[in-house]
Amino acid sequence: MAGDLTTRDERWQIRIRDLHKSFGAQHVLRGVNLDVERGKINIIIGGSGQGKSVFMKHLMGLLAPDSGHIFVDGQDIIGLGDVAIGKIQRKFGMVFQYAALFDSMNVVENIAFPLLERYRLPKTEVMERVRALLTRLDLASTAGIEQKFPAELSGGMRKRVGLARALIDRPEILLYDEPTTGLDPIATKNVDEMIRRTADEFGVTSVVISHDMASTFRIADRVAMLYEGVIVANGTRPEILAAPHPVLREFVETSGAVRFGGGPS
Amino acid sequence: MTAPAATPTGAGVPPELAPGRGFRPLAAVGRLFAPLPGVVALFGEHIILLARALIWLFRRPFRLRLFLDQMEFVGVGSLPIIMLVGFFTGAVTALQAILALSLFEQQRYVGFGVGISLARELAPVFTALMVTARAGSGMATELASMRITEQVDALTTFAVNPVQYLVTPRLVASALMVPVLCMVFNILGLIGGYVVAIISYQIDLGQVLELFRHGVDPIDYFQGLIKAFFFGVTMATCACYQGLNVRGGAKEVGLATTRAVVSTSVTVLVLDYLLIQIMNVLFPYGGM
Repeated sequence: MAGDLTTRDERWQIRIRDLHKSFGAQHVLRGVNLDVERGKINIIIGGSGQGKSVFMKHLMGLLAPDSGHIFVDGQDIIGLGDVAIGKIQRKFGMVFQYAALFDSMNVVENIAFPLLERYRLPKTEVMERVRALLTRLDLASTAGIEQKFPAELSGGMRKRVGLARALIDRPEILLYDEPTTGLDPIATKNVDEMIRRTADEFGVTSVVISHDMASTFRIADRVAMLYEGVIVANGTRPEILAAPHPVLREFVETSGAVRFGGGPS
Repeated sequence: MTAPAATPTGAGVPPELAPGRGFRPLAAVGRLFAPLPGVVALFGEHIILLARALIWLFRRPFRLRLFLDQMEFVGVGSLPIIMLVGFFTGAVTALQAILALSLFEQQRYVGFGVGISLARELAPVFTALMVTARAGSGMATELASMRITEQVDALTTFAVNPVQYLVTPRLVASALMVPVLCMVFNILGLIGGYVVAIISYQIDLGQVLELFRHGVDPIDYFQGLIKAFFFGVTMATCACYQGLNVRGGAKEVGLATTRAVVSTSVTVLVLDYLLIQIMNVLFPYGGM
């Protein structure tokens, strides 16, 4: 965790320091400290209502903290103006829990939305990039998908279209909000593979919030646990498995996803 | 939402105002006014939303298509219902006016009566209420479901301001289209009155027209259109506020729609009274 926070660090892309956020009497984030590793899958686990989503919204500047700092490539994003935060937000793509596709637009319009909003590109180039992404995410084989509306797609497909929309502007950092919630085991595995492949092929830094232990330990490079508003455990997957925090241990073992070494507990 | 915290039984009531500790007159008076800060805060939040929507109107990028889409939704979409309601409002007003005027054998004043009622009062208020029932409820429902399915958050992640993208076009479309619909209401209302008075009751058209021309001034229509403009602004503000501030699920979407329609309707009627008072000073009625 050492080093100058205000310069770009080769290993750590996002560095969060002492982040606090309250909603009324509810003190949701109570001093979060976390480093997010560049190009890796960083998974933040935690129970419901522990402030995972609130935390993630801070990373993109969608919520302003009461105090604390978030450094993205050495730039503190807290307190930036509209224009400056807009530039930072272009580094991010976000995949929402239920995809959050725009109902009133078809698949192509949804995926092209970030490009059309941010740049003035010729229509052919936009279509080219949309089609390339559809192919890469195995969506192109579905007949007539380009003109379909979100309501006509299955949950897994919607998620992939949501990922395509997040990827179209070539972000450096992808945020996933509980990507496997509400999916059956097969679809969950597909989404896991999609996250892994996206991280490897596109070289993006992934931040995933999840309470799905099986998925977490299948694909994570780094795991952090958010509990009662602070990060109680943080490290690479082997580190976490070797010396789990008691809360994390209980959380993981109750889910039955992973057994820790050292005999029965 | 600030309103629930301000209800007398809510958690936001200070201990000295809490009920159940004997009768204390001061506390009783306090309880009576307990919702007041909530109402004032709610009003303030509407004004802030309106101000932000206006500021974003003048900032890039300008998305003309969104404005046209909303104008079609509010204006063209409401046309059939406005024409229908306008026609029957005019016809019914004519019937009642003829009834009253026949006491003095002065049925020829029916054109004047119908014309001035429509122009100054019936057309703007009824148009606002009908458009609220149709387009205002639609706006609240659409924005509320966009909010709960995180589509509003998604807009923000693409550095698109939700107020600029969602509220400003609805505000502008309503402010422009409600006056247009109000004028359509006026025209259809006069046709309704014509059918009743001239065709059904066979009152002399020449006299009716002459008195109409004397009694109803363009300024009367102008007043009605100004009111319609403000009603349109009110509707879009209330509907968008309720839509964007929803939390929860399908049930809350329904509640938001209900609140949007109720708050718009009440505000329109209160605003109507205030605008009449202001305009009676600005444009005193010339008389016959």
